[in-house]
Amino acid sequence: MNVNTDSTPMRSGRNASRAAIRWSNIWAIARKDWIEVSKNTSAWMPMLIVPLLFVLVIPGLVLGFSHVPDAAEVLYADPDLAVFLNNLPPVMQRYTQGLDFAATGMVIFLGFFFAPFFLIMPIMFSSVIAADSFAGEMERKTLEALLYTPLTDAELFLGKVVAAGLPALVYTWASFLVYTLVVNVFGYSLIGRIWFPLPTWYPLIFWITPAIALLGIAATVLISVKVKTFMGAYQSGGSLVLIVVALMVGQITGVLYLSVTVGLVLGLVFWVAAAVLMALAIRAFNRRTILVAAN
Amino acid sequence: MQPVIEVSHLSHRYGNRPALDDVSFEVRAGEVFGLLGPNGAGKTTTIRLINGLFEPSAGKLRVLGMDPVTQGEAVRHKTGVLTETPALYERLTARQNLQFFATVSGVPADQSKARAQQLLEYFELTDRADDRAGTFSKGMKQRLALARALIHNPELVFLDEPTAALDPEAALQVRDWIATISRREGNTVILCTHILSEAERLCDRVAVMGPGRLLAVGTLDELRHRVAPGLWLHVELWQPCALRRAALAQIPGVLSIEAVDGQPVRSLRVQIAGEDVVPQVAAEVVAQGGQLFRLQPDQISLEEVYFRLQDSQHKAGAK
Repeated sequence: MNVNTDSTPMRSGRNASRAAIRWSNIWAIARKDWIEVSKNTSAWMPMLIVPLLFVLVIPGLVLGFSHVPDAAEVLYADPDLAVFLNNLPPVMQRYTQGLDFAATGMVIFLGFFFAPFFLIMPIMFSSVIAADSFAGEMERKTLEALLYTPLTDAELFLGKVVAAGLPALVYTWASFLVYTLVVNVFGYSLIGRIWFPLPTWYPLIFWITPAIALLGIAATVLISVKVKTFMGAYQSGGSLVLIVVALMVGQITGVLYLSVTVGLVLGLVFWVAAAVLMALAIRAFNRRTILVAAN
Repeated sequence: MQPVIEVSHLSHRYGNRPALDDVSFEVRAGEVFGLLGPNGAGKTTTIRLINGLFEPSAGKLRVLGMDPVTQGEAVRHKTGVLTETPALYERLTARQNLQFFATVSGVPADQSKARAQQLLEYFELTDRADDRAGTFSKGMKQRLALARALIHNPELVFLDEPTAALDPEAALQVRDWIATISRREGNTVILCTHILSEAERLCDRVAVMGPGRLLAVGTLDELRHRVAPGLWLHVELWQPCALRRAALAQIPGVLSIEAVDGQPVRSLRVQIAGEDVVPQVAAEVVAQGGQLFRLQPDQISLEEVYFRLQDSQHKAGAK
């Protein structure tokens, strides 16, 4: 048998360097990274636990509490809480008019306060996969063989962005779908209608989430060029969660609540931030800097 | 023969640290070309520059008629590189590794499976094709990495320290594969190594590098001739004898004499111009009362050529 075959023509030849981006290469990188991540327990474990916590466990506790007879009335008998519930911002009052204490509490908590938790998911998912994909590949010393292939820097970068970004969006959106089912099915007896999602969630899920995922990837790429290890990149990238926690605190204290307009404006800010970080990441991601960083 | 790689006055720096200084050589189609040198000599940097991973600080490069600086992707379509570590995706199976590299190296989708299977068979990995590469022995990993380097049927194959981390048995096996690839399949192979016996066995021509510099290029015979022309004649006596070296040195064709031990002499090495000088040296030794035990003409080894070249650079650097 002959190891060299004339029957193995190359897809592109001399002018490959000027060729357009080849999506087959980008998909190949993404698929390869997904197989790798699926076999890295420290990478996929948070992706299993976090949605379970946010979509089933915490809503389950809130819904369970709301269904305990008189429990909500006892809690909301607290004078301060009563004042709070009677002075809700108009955007919240619109959805709680005519509801009893238990239902109002559930709508406020699961319909408003819980929203920013859904920003943690895309950041976490995208940064954990990006950390495994960029820094992890340097750590395992597999990157150099990849750099010797005819892949362009742009294809390599885009492949890894798709590898990290797509599952982050799919997981977040799937979690949102399950959350929608859970709060409607188990909240139906309290409210008597399909009440979720509230309009404020649409910009959050479909406008802010992709920007947040990109932000997580770009930040992780920039960090990966410096830290060289999966855990280092993952932990540093995790600090982005602080931004979301700040949003959450703002939301809960009433300083900021995600109305549709606020959501759209906030999304724009995230998109601009993501674009700036992504531009920096693209500049940082070339064969020379990667090889120097990896050695 | 038309050169496939032309390196002309190539220099490279990592920041302020010089990695290569004014290196020039050519690689011809179909040959096994050795890049020999200690760690840090610049062998890996040279491979990276030839493949367009870095832009050189100075000098020119032509690879298969292309400029790797501006046509890096096109160059890498024609080259396959076995990196210093196997650099396999250990969580992927052997087959997944090969199919992935087939795709990103430009093998058409309808041929990548067949090509991967062909190489798995060629490198005798079929039985473990669907096992994770992380479970393989070092020798098997190296064979898989070699298959990966050949997946897109490259014209030039670069092998960076292919046996450095292997036990002797696995190293021998990998050397056999390399010999097969070059001799039977006709690929041009550029072999970076500091294992001199490996280069001696496999290479048609070698470039000896010192730290960042090229010390010499040529076939082993050419380098031998440059470093120590002629042959070494090993002379061993039955009993130690007070030989007069001056008399031996006067024989036409005797170039130099090295005593292996002290005076009286029991063994010595005489550098001679050719085998025809052997009888005259033997006659002179006997004439001086020496009892010949063994007389053996021998060529200078690549190891000795290498160390003499490295030594000459150290001395030049010290001056």
